[in-house]
Amino acid sequence: MIKFFLMVNKQGQTRLSKYYEHVEINKRTMLEAEVIKNCLSRSKDQCSFIEYKDFKLVYRQYAALFVVVGINETENEMAVYELIHNFVEVLDKYFSRV
Amino acid sequence: MPAPIRLRELIRTIRTARTQAEEREMIQKECAAIRSSFREEDNTYRCRNVAKLLYMHMLGYPAHFGQLECLKLIASQKFTDKRIGYLGAMLLLDERQDVHLLMTNCIKNDLNHSTQYVQGLALCTLGCMGSSEMCRDLAGEVEKLLKTSNSYLRKKAALCAVHVIRKVPELMEMFLPATKNLLNEKNHGVLHTSVVLLTEMCERSPDMLAHFRKLVPQLVRILKNLIMSGYSPEHDVSGISDPFLQVRILRLLRILGRNDDDSSEAMNDILAQVATNTETSKNVGNAILYETVLTIMDIKSESGLRVLAINILGRFLLNNDKNIRYVALTSLLKTVQTDHNAVQRHRSTIVDCLKDLDVSIKRRAMELSFALVNGNNVRGMMKELLYFLDSCEPEFKADCASGIFLAAEKYAPSKRWHIDTIMRVLTTAGSYVRDDAVPNLIQLITNSVEMHAYTVQRLYKAILGDYSQQPLVQVASWCIGEYGDLLVSGQCEEEEAIQVTEDEVLDILESVLISNMSASVTRGYALTAIMKLSTRFTCTVNRIKKVVSIYGSSIDVELQQRAVEYNALFKKYDHMRPALLERMPVMEKITTNGPTEIVQTNGETEPVVLETKPPPSGLQPASQANDLLDLLGGSDITPVIPTAPTSKPASAGGELLDLLGDLNLTGIPSITAYNKNGLKIDFTFERSNTNPSVTVITIQASNSTELDMTDFVFQAAVPKTFQLQLLSPSSSVIPAFNSGTITQVIKVLNPQKQQLRMRIKLTYNHKGSAMQDLAEVNNFPPQSWQ
Repeated sequence: MIKFFLMVNKQGQTRLSKYYEHVEINKRTMLEAEVIKNCLSRSKDQCSFIEYKDFKLVYRQYAALFVVVGINETENEMAVYELIHNFVEVLDKYFSRV
Repeated sequence: MPAPIRLRELIRTIRTARTQAEEREMIQKECAAIRSSFREEDNTYRCRNVAKLLYMHMLGYPAHFGQLECLKLIASQKFTDKRIGYLGAMLLLDERQDVHLLMTNCIKNDLNHSTQYVQGLALCTLGCMGSSEMCRDLAGEVEKLLKTSNSYLRKKAALCAVHVIRKVPELMEMFLPATKNLLNEKNHGVLHTSVVLLTEMCERSPDMLAHFRKLVPQLVRILKNLIMSGYSPEHDVSGISDPFLQVRILRLLRILGRNDDDSSEAMNDILAQVATNTETSKNVGNAILYETVLTIMDIKSESGLRVLAINILGRFLLNNDKNIRYVALTSLLKTVQTDHNAVQRHRSTIVDCLKDLDVSIKRRAMELSFALVNGNNVRGMMKELLYFLDSCEPEFKADCASGIFLAAEKYAPSKRWHIDTIMRVLTTAGSYVRDDAVPNLIQLITNSVEMHAYTVQRLYKAILGDYSQQPLVQVASWCIGEYGDLLVSGQCEEEEAIQVTEDEVLDILESVLISNMSASVTRGYALTAIMKLSTRFTCTVNRIKKVVSIYGSSIDVELQQRAVEYNALFKKYDHMRPALLERMPVMEKITTNGPTEIVQTNGETEPVVLETKPPPSGLQPASQANDLLDLLGGSDITPVIPTAPTSKPASAGGELLDLLGDLNLTGIPSITAYNKNGLKIDFTFERSNTNPSVTVITIQASNSTELDMTDFVFQAAVPKTFQLQLLSPSSSVIPAFNSGTITQVIKVLNPQKQQLRMRIKLTYNHKGSAMQDLAEVNNFPPQSWQ
């Protein structure tokens, strides 16, 4: 199950967030900051799946923007990875020049 | 009042803020403006304001004052208002707020709206944040919409139904009839959401699962169409037709086929087809293959298929893409339990992954390597794992160390190898090992008797250079204390012996004591070790006495207590010192941990409650010394001092409850109870310590005449306050000339500890005539009943 969907930029500013489970509003900012820290510390040749607390993060970098999805263990990580790309492509088609 | 700014303006303004404080200021200003606008009940700009509020909420600022406004927007007739209102409801409201119930009526009306987009909005919102009451009220509407022909609505209704089922599982049956035709759709959107709905139902209820098994052929057909169909621009992702739907169907097949032979058989072909036909050059193909492998592993597939699956995983492992390798390692971990041999084939690749740069991959490879260690490959694997332990990140070291210990314990080819391995772990990752590693290692060392000299020598050399790693120092101090004499005598079969003097040994132990790096526990170990050496070393006893007395005034209470007691040992109990500090016997590992175990300690028994004691808990030398001194003070025996309380196998517990099993041979004098006409009866006494009011008397009847006494019957009676139990005699014939005796056991229960008195009656045949006699026994020694 997807827990949350985030788009965060390199400076840590949240551009989009959608939570599928209730998370307190102050905890959200903390979560986002930690998540982006984890993602930023990875180098390019490391895999896109990080284990974070009790769920996994699947992230993908597009220029200065990170799209991070938090999933639990029932999800297929690679399918989610594809989903992220699909989403970005949809945005691209719809809004042009994303 | 000027028109409130648009959302885009707001976003642009906020982005110009250079610091967090600036941003907060802007947002607060805007919030104030929005609040006053809400108060004015301004209808035209309400949706704009709420949109801005939602944006600010997303950045992390509180926005609860907008909740009612969302409701007002939902109730409005304009589509743009409704859209923002529902979005706000999804983001800001949930079942924790009471306000949300007010939405129920609105949603109900909108579910029956003429425009499908409004219906869609309502369905989305309900599916996102509907509480159980709302779901209960509106489930009927959702179900109706599930049956419409409008595919746009149908797919949204299916997802809403998923949410309803999650919140109110009892409503699942309501949706059952509507699911009949769901899979007949052509529209992939509806197909996808229906598969999700079916998956959810099957996961929640085994009845549904059984019911939906008949859909397997249909699902197989759909999957086949997806693979076989040509290029379809609508559903294409990098050359594969709707991979998301394929993955979903595979997952549903997995759930349906689990534990069911028929369904699994129906799926075999299609799974093989997917596995072989899917293109693996792109990530998409690999995602589908991954899901296929998971499915094959989970259902009752035939062995050929399983081998195919593991080979796919093996191919993944060799792939350059990290994601794929990670995924392969994860699945191999899941399957290693069931298909151990197949996974072994890929062992070398897995071990190579230990050297990968990526943290997630390393972790997975480590776990998998531990799962793959067996008796055959243990030496090679251990070498790799020890190398890994040297170079890995600190977060892995603890897990790696415990894993190595476990594997070494199970599969060690020889004791020396085992000890070497553990020592290597202690020297490389000493500070990360878990606490129970030290007692385990010590128990292992005591058990390998022939390795004592070798072990203590290696440990000595290890801490000679560096005594900062606490577990290593603890084990080393313990061993030096136990086997110091072996160390000094310079005998060692396995390795070249080093020449160590007693002073050097004491030097190192003292430096451990003094060092700032040593933990309190370590110091305790060192002090006890020094004390033990006082019996093992010959020339340095005075030095030891000095050290011990210095620590009698240590600030650390634990050390002080130990030192004071050891001092007392030197002064008052010097005669006991050798016995007390004797070598530990071999400790057995307990395999069962019952709630209580009776402990046998050479004549003393005491029930000990064992909850989570590690096997040899004789590792608390200080508390042991305390126990010993107590024991010695309390009773008047001096047996060899026992080891840990936990070292007895559980099976002995049953026997120990037998009173005769735990006798305390303290020499109560025996008496002659009867001596007449050549018949002599002696009483010997034993006291049981499980029950101090029980006296066990063994009678021995002997015959000094020239003729045997036959049919000998011994009867006894005691006063009312006592209870008597007579066990069967060894025989009924007493041979002549004192050439043999009859023995019989009497148990007397004397709860009030009164003076024992007994009346005995003897009947026997002697010289052809029946003899009978009565006598009273009064000369019981006081120790037999006090």
